[in-house]
Amino acid sequence: MMRMGIAAVGLCAPGLPDWPTGRSWFSGSQAYDPGMAMPELRPDLLPANERRRTTAHIKLALQVAQEALDDWQDEAEDLATVFSSSDADLDIVDKILCSLNLPGRPVSPTHFHNSVHNAAAGYWSIATGSHAPSTSLSAYEASFAAGLLEAACQVNEEHRPVLLVAYDMPPPATLAPFCPVKSPFGVALVLTPEAVSSARIRMGLELIHQKDELDAMDDAGLEILRNAAPAARSLPLLALLANEVSGTVTLPGLAGQALRLELSPC
Amino acid sequence: MNRKLQISAQTLVSALGNGVEAHYQALKEGESGLRVCDLEGVNLDTWIGRVTGVEDVIIKDTLADYDCRNNRLGQLALAQDGFIEAVNQASARYGHHRIGVFLGTSTSGVQQTEMAYADRDEDSGDLPSYFNYRTTHNMFSIADFTRHYLGLEGPAMVVSTACSSSAKVFANAQRYLRAGICDAAIVGGVDTLCHMTLYGFNALQLVSSQPCCPADQDRDGINIGEAAGFALLEWEQDDDSICLLGYGESSDAYHMSSPHPEGMGAAMAMRQSLRSARLQPSDIDYINLHGTATPANDLSEDRALMDVFAGEVPCSSTKGFTGHTLGAAGIVEAIFSCIAIERNLIPQSLNTRSVDEAIHSPIVLSTREQPVSRVMTNSFGFGGSNASLILGYAS
Repeated sequence: MMRMGIAAVGLCAPGLPDWPTGRSWFSGSQAYDPGMAMPELRPDLLPANERRRTTAHIKLALQVAQEALDDWQDEAEDLATVFSSSDADLDIVDKILCSLNLPGRPVSPTHFHNSVHNAAAGYWSIATGSHAPSTSLSAYEASFAAGLLEAACQVNEEHRPVLLVAYDMPPPATLAPFCPVKSPFGVALVLTPEAVSSARIRMGLELIHQKDELDAMDDAGLEILRNAAPAARSLPLLALLANEVSGTVTLPGLAGQALRLELSPC
Repeated sequence: MNRKLQISAQTLVSALGNGVEAHYQALKEGESGLRVCDLEGVNLDTWIGRVTGVEDVIIKDTLADYDCRNNRLGQLALAQDGFIEAVNQASARYGHHRIGVFLGTSTSGVQQTEMAYADRDEDSGDLPSYFNYRTTHNMFSIADFTRHYLGLEGPAMVVSTACSSSAKVFANAQRYLRAGICDAAIVGGVDTLCHMTLYGFNALQLVSSQPCCPADQDRDGINIGEAAGFALLEWEQDDDSICLLGYGESSDAYHMSSPHPEGMGAAMAMRQSLRSARLQPSDIDYINLHGTATPANDLSEDRALMDVFAGEVPCSSTKGFTGHTLGAAGIVEAIFSCIAIERNLIPQSLNTRSVDEAIHSPIVLSTREQPVSRVMTNSFGFGGSNASLILGYAS
């Protein structure tokens, strides 16, 4: 079992503009309504001229990353990053593909460079000035577990803190019937080598290959949200973090695989 | 403990041909795979590195849902060089759930979505019902396909960091093996020609109307290519095997589609790879450059090279052979590095006639046969994503 600490959290989803708000939902008794509005995305670490060139997908990643960075209260330069998203920015892909069907095929150069899967990682490093290594990945619906596993490997093998950013945006109407993302959801976690004192929670993590019982959310609204975006498969972990109690959660990975997490407060 | 990962098997398909031997022959003879752009439906004045016969590949029937140009090219590469047999042997040794699959791509099977958009219902605008996003265009498709094709059930993911993707997967694999999550890994990458990248790079004014000529004084852009390559990595067990000696990763923190003018991030990645390999610059015999043949890339990379290597190590870009295969460039050039070591050959910078006076690194203009033990290979991508690998004999 790999061991690490969780030192900071960022969150953004419908009705949940940040982690403190999310915590109160997860630990309270009020029923969550997945129909709530998505908070405005204003990741102000990005200069205004760069922010104008970005998209909702990129802003969602940067917003939760920024919240986790602020919460961590240390230098971005020290944070390696793992950006995990089921898809690249399909809104941008849709715009490019529509352009390809117009006379003269007027593809926008900005759209094109924003279409890469690592666009959010690129803007993050520009905004923070961080030269730290960064990986952008996908494992489709298992993207959260894949991102967490990769981040955990980096913490353990590179011996440095890692910022994991998992985020998904629903695709535009044309692609919606074909894609599993039904709700925006972004979460960011700063994972640290276990020895680091800034960690609030200790976490042990292992990849398991049997069909264990996967954790779901008790609240019906949160369970809808959990199923509405690959990044939201993190919700059982977030619920445990919100309550700062010891416990075990099992999150879905690829078919036949799961991540078993053991949490205990520092 | 400083155990190394060895490359136990490898396979490659690009515009140069099918299988590693075809690539060795082309590198040795200086034969380019580039041709005038003849991709269906594309009307651009450029050259491309197109793989002949991808269109004719028939995807294994149980995986028919995965049918798209990217997975066809992947399947074509998996069938070369006895790769499947090598994976089967590894699978028998370790168990199929102990082999990871870590692949890079930049655009996955987006060509399938391009075709679906061109085939929309005229009234409703709906995409055709045969379209299957998950198995074709989604980033994970090529890893999912490869995993199923090889019958593997270990951890898997796709790394998509533009043109550094299939270099970075070597680092991912090493971390997973060190962490004990798997005992062997399939690494590599696949990217295929599509309208989005051709017209996208054209919009950025980065494609050349000539065969690309890295480091040349008249270079004016890239030729886009396609390729698929795979390598089987496991802990070193043979004395004479080529190993992953080190890797370095960094971010430019500069611009989304232009490299840092002084090559700052690139130099960081190169230094980090030397540190992780515990080697000095003088221990490197050859550097396979990112060398895309855009004016900015080649100049920026040269600044970084001069900073780290001070012009002491021969280097060349092999993009004049294959074109820029984007997310597959990392694995293509990692395998070229293995060819350089196994065959004691430093490939020429094909199409380079007169080296830009502003470029000071020793660019190799004609193929040399000489002992090569350790090679650095560079891959840099949009978003300022940099990766350097060092491959070579462990002792």
